Amino acid sequence: MSIFSLFRKQKSAPLARERLQVLLAHERNGVGNELVAVLREEILAVIAKHVQIDRDKVHVTMDSDEHVSLLEIDVEIPLSASLRAA
Amino acid sequence: MGKVVVVTSGKGGVGKTTSTAALGAALAQKKEKVVVVDFDVGLRNLDLVMGAERRVVYDLVNVIQGDAKLPQALIRDKRLDTLFLLPASQTRDKDNLTPEGVEWVIGELKKHFDWVICDSPAGIERGATLAMRHADVAVVVTNPEVSSVRDSDRIIGLLDSKTLKAERGERMEKHLLLTRYDAARAERGDMLKVEDVLEILSIPLIGIIPESMDVLRASNVGAPVTLADAKSAPAMAYFEAARRLCGEDLPVVVPGEKRGIFSKIFGRAA
Repeated sequence: MSIFSLFRKQKSAPLARERLQVLLAHERNGVGNELVAVLREEILAVIAKHVQIDRDKVHVTMDSDEHVSLLEIDVEIPLSASLRAA
Repeated sequence: MGKVVVVTSGKGGVGKTTSTAALGAALAQKKEKVVVVDFDVGLRNLDLVMGAERRVVYDLVNVIQGDAKLPQALIRDKRLDTLFLLPASQTRDKDNLTPEGVEWVIGELKKHFDWVICDSPAGIERGATLAMRHADVAVVVTNPEVSSVRDSDRIIGLLDSKTLKAERGERMEKHLLLTRYDAARAERGDMLKVEDVLEILSIPLIGIIPESMDVLRASNVGAPVTLADAKSAPAMAYFEAARRLCGEDLPVVVPGEKRGIFSKIFGRAA
C-alpha cells in the first residue's frame, strides 16, 4: 500500500447508485423478464454470426411506464472485431 | 372519515416503528386525533417504543377474534390525550390476522380518528400486505443504503398492485421518508445522497431524519422522539414531515447543504 492510496480512497456511493439502477431496472420488469431473456439470446446469436462478441457485453433491457415500453439493446463490439467487420 | 397511513419499508430495522411513533405523536401534538396500530403480530414493539408496554391488556388479534371490544384494546397515551395505541399480539402468530377482521377494525377506527397509522412488519408477507391493504397514504421508510433502497422499490411495487386503492384503479399516494441520514458521510461520497435515492425510487420526499443519538435515547425511555426531545434534530424533522403529511407545502432542507466553510473544515473530524 503506497502512501498515495490514503488520498485516493475511492468513493463508494456512486458505485452503490449504479448497481442499484442496474438491478432495479431488471427487477421492476418481473413480467417482461422472460421475453427479454429470449430476445437477448436470439439477438446474441444473430450478432455472433457476423462478429465475435463477449456475451457479458450485451445488455438487453425493457423499460416501461404507463404509456410506452422501450426495448434497449446495448452491444459492445470489441475494436478488433469491428475492424475485421469493416 | 380519518385517513389511513401505512408506514412500511420491506426491510427490517430501518425505523418503521420509530417513525410511526414519532409521526403519530407529532400529529397528536397538533391536536389531531390519532391511533397508531401495530401490525407486527408476534414481534410487537410499538408498545415499547411508546412506553406503554405495561399497559397492554387486549390486542388487535383479541379484537379480531371477538375476545375484546375495540375500545377495550385501545391504550390512551399518558402524555397526549388525543394519541392512542392498538397493540399487536405477542403470543399468537400472523395467521390470526384475517382480511375481514382487519377491514372491520380499520373501518371502525376511521370513524373515530383523524389518522389511523399502521406500523407494518418487515417483509412482504401477510402482515405487511394486510397493513398496507386499506391505506390511503403510504410512508415508505428508507435508509440511504443499497439493501434498504432495493426493498423499498419492491414495496412500492406492492403498494401499486396489492392495495385496495390500486385494485380500484386509483393512485396510491406514496411518500419517501429517508431515515438515518448522515450528511457528513454523504458529502464524503460514502453514503447515497438524497437525490440518488429520490431518483432511483421516484416518489416524493416527505422528510429526512438525520442519524442521531436522540432516537435511541427516546426509545430507551419509551417516548416518541417528538415528545422525548422536541428540540432535537430528528424531532424537528418528524414535526415537519407530519406537517407535509397534512398537506402543507413545506420545502425539504437537505441536512449538510447549508454548511459553511468553517464546519466543512472542522466537521470532518467528527
